[in-house]
Amino acid sequence: MSDIATNGHTAEPIGRGTGLTLIPRATEKQTLKDFKSDQEVRWCPGCGDYAILSAVQGFLPELGLKRENIVFVSGIGCSSRFPYYLNTYGFHSIHGRAPAIATGLAASRPDLSVWVITGDGDALSIGGNHLIHALRRNVNLNILLFNNRIYGLTKGQYSPTSEVGKITKSTPMGSLDKPFNPISLALGAEASFVARTLDSDRKHLTSVLREAAAHRGTSLVEIYQNCNIFNDNAFEALKDPEVRDDITLRLEHGQPIVSGSKAVRRGPDGRLAVVDRAGVPEDEIVVHDAHDPDPSVAFALSRLDEPAFEHVPIGIFRSVDRPAYDTLMSRQLHEAVSDQGAGRLGDLLRGGDTWRVG
Amino acid sequence: MTKQVQQLDRVIIRFAGDSGDGMQLTGDRFTAETAQFGNDLSTLPNFPAEIRAPAGTLPGVSSFQLHFADHDILTPGDAPNVLVAMNPAALKANIGDLPRGADLIVNTDEFTKRNLQKVGYAESPVDNGSLGEWRVHAVPLTSLTVKALEGFDISKKDAERAKNMFALGLLSWLYHRPTEGTIKFLERKFAKKPDIAKANIAAFQAGWNFGETTESFSVSYEIKPATLAPGLYRNISGNQALAYGLIAASVQSKLPLFLGSYPITPASDILHELSKHKRFGIRTFQAEDEIAGVGAALGAAFGGALGVTTTSGPGVALKAETVGLAVTTELPLIVVDVQRAGPSTGMPTKTEQTDLLMAMYGRNGESPVPIVAPATPSDCFDAAIEAARIAVKYRTPVMLLSDGYLANGSEPWRLPEVDELPDLSVEFTVEPNGEDGETYLPFKRDPQTLARPWAVPGTPGLEHRIGGIEKADGTGDISYDPHNHDLMVRLRQGKIDGIAQDIPPLEVDDPDGDARVLVIGWGSTYGPIAAAVRRARASGGKIAQAHFRHLNPLPANTGEVLRSYDKVLLPEINLGQLALLLRARFLVDIISYNRVRGLPFKAEELAGVIQDVIDSE
Repeated sequence: MSDIATNGHTAEPIGRGTGLTLIPRATEKQTLKDFKSDQEVRWCPGCGDYAILSAVQGFLPELGLKRENIVFVSGIGCSSRFPYYLNTYGFHSIHGRAPAIATGLAASRPDLSVWVITGDGDALSIGGNHLIHALRRNVNLNILLFNNRIYGLTKGQYSPTSEVGKITKSTPMGSLDKPFNPISLALGAEASFVARTLDSDRKHLTSVLREAAAHRGTSLVEIYQNCNIFNDNAFEALKDPEVRDDITLRLEHGQPIVSGSKAVRRGPDGRLAVVDRAGVPEDEIVVHDAHDPDPSVAFALSRLDEPAFEHVPIGIFRSVDRPAYDTLMSRQLHEAVSDQGAGRLGDLLRGGDTWRVG
Repeated sequence: MTKQVQQLDRVIIRFAGDSGDGMQLTGDRFTAETAQFGNDLSTLPNFPAEIRAPAGTLPGVSSFQLHFADHDILTPGDAPNVLVAMNPAALKANIGDLPRGADLIVNTDEFTKRNLQKVGYAESPVDNGSLGEWRVHAVPLTSLTVKALEGFDISKKDAERAKNMFALGLLSWLYHRPTEGTIKFLERKFAKKPDIAKANIAAFQAGWNFGETTESFSVSYEIKPATLAPGLYRNISGNQALAYGLIAASVQSKLPLFLGSYPITPASDILHELSKHKRFGIRTFQAEDEIAGVGAALGAAFGGALGVTTTSGPGVALKAETVGLAVTTELPLIVVDVQRAGPSTGMPTKTEQTDLLMAMYGRNGESPVPIVAPATPSDCFDAAIEAARIAVKYRTPVMLLSDGYLANGSEPWRLPEVDELPDLSVEFTVEPNGEDGETYLPFKRDPQTLARPWAVPGTPGLEHRIGGIEKADGTGDISYDPHNHDLMVRLRQGKIDGIAQDIPPLEVDDPDGDARVLVIGWGSTYGPIAAAVRRARASGGKIAQAHFRHLNPLPANTGEVLRSYDKVLLPEINLGQLALLLRARFLVDIISYNRVRGLPFKAEELAGVIQDVIDSE
């Protein structure tokens, strides 16, 4: 703890690929069991949260970090119960504010691996402001946005990602407001790491989490998560073996963007278009560049699933180098100390114009 | 011509002009010289919330009042002995406060037909005899300044702008102020514009020389240095003292300071000040909103920092939910509320004591929070340390209630010895505390303080989860058990109530010990109340005085003190918020005196109120 005050990290890494270097490594091998807490898990049977929890518990040992240096911070909602079920440090906070709380924690403790667990209501309605500011600021933290396109904990009202016309308890004649596309929103906020994955695809989910953890800065991972009580099968098209391979556009850096039968190419108007793969010469298929400093192609990719579920890009949309806020903040403290010397209280109080009496 | 020099024991000066006239700077400089000279002093800046209201209008008037004396004083003074009015609007806005016979220095250059019309004067009051009850010094400040600066390589506009320095020079002559500090200050301030620096210094000196030579001023005044307690002094405003107190708390607790804040008048200067002191390891985070400011501070506190958020007015309302989370997670957090006139936006630059009940009860559920209130600008230093002491020791959010008057007002401060500051060091929990020697119980309490342990992330073996949901006693597991909830509500309340044993008793000042009337107050009303008490005693009144620094919990002897007087008078700049609490708790029939004008009380006004209560015995 002794170095928290000034954080003696002079050669701190910047940006992509070094998000774990300041976090102490575990000396012993860890297993999934090490990350299970003694609390009874209380989600509805069949909830997609179980799969994500299991994937996270299974993935954390792979990071090889000291368990005590991992913190999960959540807001309010079904998904936000997540920290209780992990045997790490955890903070179940208030609706929408987890990114703010995690920002204070991560900015003052670069030796922690900080994860935010949030949902579509938590992150995009009440906490929308904190989310976009966390993304632009780029503190070293990982935001897992469980998107089930419905309000679960308040029992089934439409959410900011529900499709227009959604019939719910609060919208018996259909919802009127246009949903957010969380990926577009994050890219608009110039997030340095933006990805989408699926609760049921453990392998893909884990691979995305691995990249997010390794990213230095704020990573946003949208996880399509099924709410089998209030919005069952919302993402069925991505899971149905009959169609999933055709509608899932896999984003892999350096690889052409294709699904089973489709491919992404540039149309004559310069826009990205999804076309039959068969008729496209291999060298005309758009090759994914997640590290492109210009977010416009990633943004265009995020728009390809309009209308919903015709073809859905899955994977890492963007992963770019950008200085992390906590690094810059620590650096200013260091500069202040190296320029002016460590602060001395007596000198501070006696600063300015003084006079002596008696 | 040798001029007469008259000795005075105290003077109240008010500089008033347009927002663009530099009245705050002029006042600050006069204050700095007065502090250097060794007078006791107290200041009251008063400015509009608008950055630049239309020039020459009443809403654009900005003023700075300074009271200085050869003895210790408690307030910025009720009514000025001398008013400097830089334009008709400044005259109109302030003349009502000027007692008969006082000096009035008017910048006649600005009394043009157009400027007079702007504020509804049909003709110039300087010329029509309507200012007969004051000693009017009609001085063409602007044109004298421009003339003095002929030959300088600056624009006419820049020359006119220096008129505040001319006025400062004149007043400095009139009251025998030292000048070196102001000259050095101007050289520093305009280091990159040497022509402007020279011109301002020339204007300042021209003002001094004008006083020396003009027949308009036949007398100058001397106010001897005050005999203050021995020590090293500096002049300090409440916001600066509060920032320094937070830094001291960080040093004394060895916890790194994390400030999460969103700019809001009149609290922003604390953010500005703390952001300058990164060499102390201070992280200042300008958040996207008030909620994120307090949220980040709480997150940092979870990580082992001294978490602080600063705000005012409606900002306090926005932070309420997070303060509730801090109450239930029992994490240390300092919430600085520089109270201002409300409700809603209210009057951002004006002072009030109207957030006491908000601090006390403004959250959902039973969520007790300790409240500390400084009494004077320099006391903000000690109050900040005290707030931190309670927050860290009891693992609780603490509300620190300053206000606009303390924030911007200033006074000489006798510097404390650093090695005499309280030790606030805290021990994080690093070992399991369960009876089995293996488990960690995040809500197992210290039997004395009822505080829970504080184990920060990074501590092996003590991994645990906290949150806003009700927790089982000891383990901190989620619990909906009715009896547990009742227990936890009482434990949280009991913890805060118990702080009463850890704060000084309410001290009563009653020199002869035979007063039957007690006047009490809290926060920034200390100065005016104490000044009024002096006046009442000087005219033979028997009056006891006590002042609350701790509003929650109240000092353990509060009921006993209140009940031992026939009458208890409580002036507040609200509609009786502390009176409500005291009446409810102690069934004492408090006599309230309430004015909510956005301004501090005047000593004379309170002396009258005190006398009335004594007389009604």
